[in-house]
Amino acid sequence: MSNVAILRKDSGEIEANATPAAAVDTRNAAPMATEKPSKGASPEGVKAWLNRIVPEPKDVAKFAKGLIWPLVGIFSFLAIWAVLAPQVDTSLGALPGPAEVAEQGVALYDEYQATADAKAEFYAAQDARNAALEAAGRGAEAQNFDYAGAPTFLDQILTSLKTVALGFVLASLFAVPLGLVCGLSKRVNAAINPLVQIFKPVSPLAWLPIVTMVISATMSGPDPMLPKSFVISAIVVMLCSLWPTLINTAVGTASIDKDLLNVGRVLRLTWFQQLTKLVVPSALPYIFTGMRLSLGVGWMVLIAAEMLAQNPGLGKFVWDEFQNGSSQSLSRIMFAVIVIGLIGFMLDRIMGALQKLASRNHSA
Amino acid sequence: MLDKRGFLKKSGSLMAVVLASSLLAACGGGKSEGGNEVAAAALPEGAVEKPALKLGFIKLTDMAPLAIAKEKGFFAEEGLNVTLEPQANWKVLLDGVIGGQLDGAHMLAGQPLAATIGYGTKADLIAPLSLDLNGNAITLSNKVWKMIEPNLPKGADGKPTHPISASVLKPVVESFNKQGKPFKMGMVFPVSTHNYELRYWLAAGGLNPGYYTPGDVSGVIDADVQLSVTPPPQMPATLEAGTIEGYCVGEPWNQAAVQKKIGVPVVTDEQIWHLNPEKVLGLRKDFAEKYPQTTAALLRAVIKAQQWLDADNGKNREEAVKILSQPNYVGADAAVIAASMTGKFTFGPGDTRPAPEFNIFFREYAGYPFYSDAIWYLTQMRRWGQVAEEKADQWYFDTAKAVYRPDLYMAAAKSLVDKGVIPADSLPQTDGFKAPQSGFIDGKVFDGKKPNAYLAQFPIGLKGKATVTAAGVKSN
Repeated sequence: MSNVAILRKDSGEIEANATPAAAVDTRNAAPMATEKPSKGASPEGVKAWLNRIVPEPKDVAKFAKGLIWPLVGIFSFLAIWAVLAPQVDTSLGALPGPAEVAEQGVALYDEYQATADAKAEFYAAQDARNAALEAAGRGAEAQNFDYAGAPTFLDQILTSLKTVALGFVLASLFAVPLGLVCGLSKRVNAAINPLVQIFKPVSPLAWLPIVTMVISATMSGPDPMLPKSFVISAIVVMLCSLWPTLINTAVGTASIDKDLLNVGRVLRLTWFQQLTKLVVPSALPYIFTGMRLSLGVGWMVLIAAEMLAQNPGLGKFVWDEFQNGSSQSLSRIMFAVIVIGLIGFMLDRIMGALQKLASRNHSA
Repeated sequence: MLDKRGFLKKSGSLMAVVLASSLLAACGGGKSEGGNEVAAAALPEGAVEKPALKLGFIKLTDMAPLAIAKEKGFFAEEGLNVTLEPQANWKVLLDGVIGGQLDGAHMLAGQPLAATIGYGTKADLIAPLSLDLNGNAITLSNKVWKMIEPNLPKGADGKPTHPISASVLKPVVESFNKQGKPFKMGMVFPVSTHNYELRYWLAAGGLNPGYYTPGDVSGVIDADVQLSVTPPPQMPATLEAGTIEGYCVGEPWNQAAVQKKIGVPVVTDEQIWHLNPEKVLGLRKDFAEKYPQTTAALLRAVIKAQQWLDADNGKNREEAVKILSQPNYVGADAAVIAASMTGKFTFGPGDTRPAPEFNIFFREYAGYPFYSDAIWYLTQMRRWGQVAEEKADQWYFDTAKAVYRPDLYMAAAKSLVDKGVIPADSLPQTDGFKAPQSGFIDGKVFDGKKPNAYLAQFPIGLKGKATVTAAGVKSN
């Protein structure tokens, strides 16, 4: 690590110490301040490293105490649900409680296992058939089919994640540069602002027919690289989720300290150097906040878009179960709802961690 | 492993092409029957051009031939690797076939016809095979059932005599109108068989189901009963909520209403029109032209599945119910599916009657796409204004011949007869038109060769040069 980086790191630590809002334990900062990061396997170095990963008892206690109230909340919710659900009598039977939903979760996992077995059997049988054909000299008739069964729940989760990833990346690629320009130029901001305000509240289901038409017209080849439904869902996610990133980037860029810009002018930095050394680093926390919000919105929008765009993800799972109308359908839909929520929570945490990383290394 | 598969795929398909072209050179064409019978298309057997297919379906029990063809290996026997994907609704399914995401689909008989005449998205679709006969019913809400049940003529066993005419609804509709409320019913799609059957039943009972104007697809001009489109899975919920008082839909949604005790099926479409055609296998015309071997293989597999479903007086139906109740096919509870597919059908509470003809997949030439079937749907489109102007008889014949393709069906079916898979008497000797049919609930006779004369018989419905505007029907 260069000296400059160490200095910056230290100043970052001091900032963390000073701001009480920093959720990071102050304990982590303390040994860092007293022991300069020492490389090598010296005893002090090893001790410092151990101190960092092995928690002290009082911190375990603190962590546990922090967990208690959330756990209380979760368990009370489960208890209330288990008590109230059987009392709501729909025409499909009583509303499912946590036990039935968990049961369906297990059933979905079993279905996944069964499909994995069936897939293995299919390929084994196909290979055996092909081997027999080759042995009989009819190798030309060998088939190489992909397993054509219905996607399992896990496949659907992965498809949803891939779609939201593409939509989010497209949204960021579009919104961040545009936001930077808006933040730097008041005129551009004034020009773009009405459009942003008009398009921001539009629901994904309203975008869907338009996007479907456009994609169907442009992707009209017989075998496109990506399935149309995937592209349609990703673009709808992009259209609905780019607004928080755009707005936050613009705000962050506009609120850059004027002194910094003056420094840039004094040092006669080029436009590009100003951008990369001054503007982007100081706007980065805002950009990450915007991206975190965008990802949350995008995940929500994706589920709605998938239901109609036929992208084989979690949204399609929910809609297909609704169409099934069987006595397990409601439980399976509820299980999917919980999974959707958990994944959204996890995505938010990942973005939150990235955001903290960005805020710590590039202090505002 | 992937590379090996990819390499094998490339060399395999190259060899397949060589094989196919050599076979094409060697084989002759199919035979064409003498006289005015439909000639089978000349389709020599050869390797399938496009083995990996994606077919769409809607979660209704009459997608059974597709599910059975996959699960019992009929697709695999023909060298096809088929993915069956459930679609969100009929519009998405139609767009999927037109746009190419789906190679074919379980379609409403009216959809390829409407697409070809340009009602809705214009596209050239064909129907080379009819998937089934019958399979729908009309269900009314408990509230309306209570209003009509006391007045129904009862048989010796105390149960209402069937078929129940829509005239029993007249006093109900009047009482609704007196309270200032419209009497609403649901069906699944503007060009669905359900729409036309429901309208036929209502009109036969003296109730006007409304007309369509050229720009408007709601179809409620002059209506005594207002019909609206509701997706099948939402029908029980909308019935319960009171938004509609009844619906016409395929299974399992009528038996689902019975199971949930929220409605009573009053008449099946078999009772409205004996042996009526229902769903078709819809393909793009250019797909069939580009991949003739694949199309033939697809049809052969589905025909075999249809035969399996009707085999031995329904001995395979239990297994079919189990397959269909899987969540990736129809997904409804097995008991609900069995309530209509195993030779019986439940009407009012406790009123289960034998109904061996509720779902027919193979018997009675169910698979053959008769031109007269297409013409009946076209006449109904004209009757209610979806076809805005009068058309000459020849227009009906030409449109039916462009969309319904018994030549492709016969080619595939004949090759199965030659192999001894299906009996020769399961194929009709026909020029594509059924003999004049009289099994309608109002006794009218339908002759497919005289569509305009047929339309002129109905007291309710457009005939001759009549047109519809927002103000009403103009006789011109």
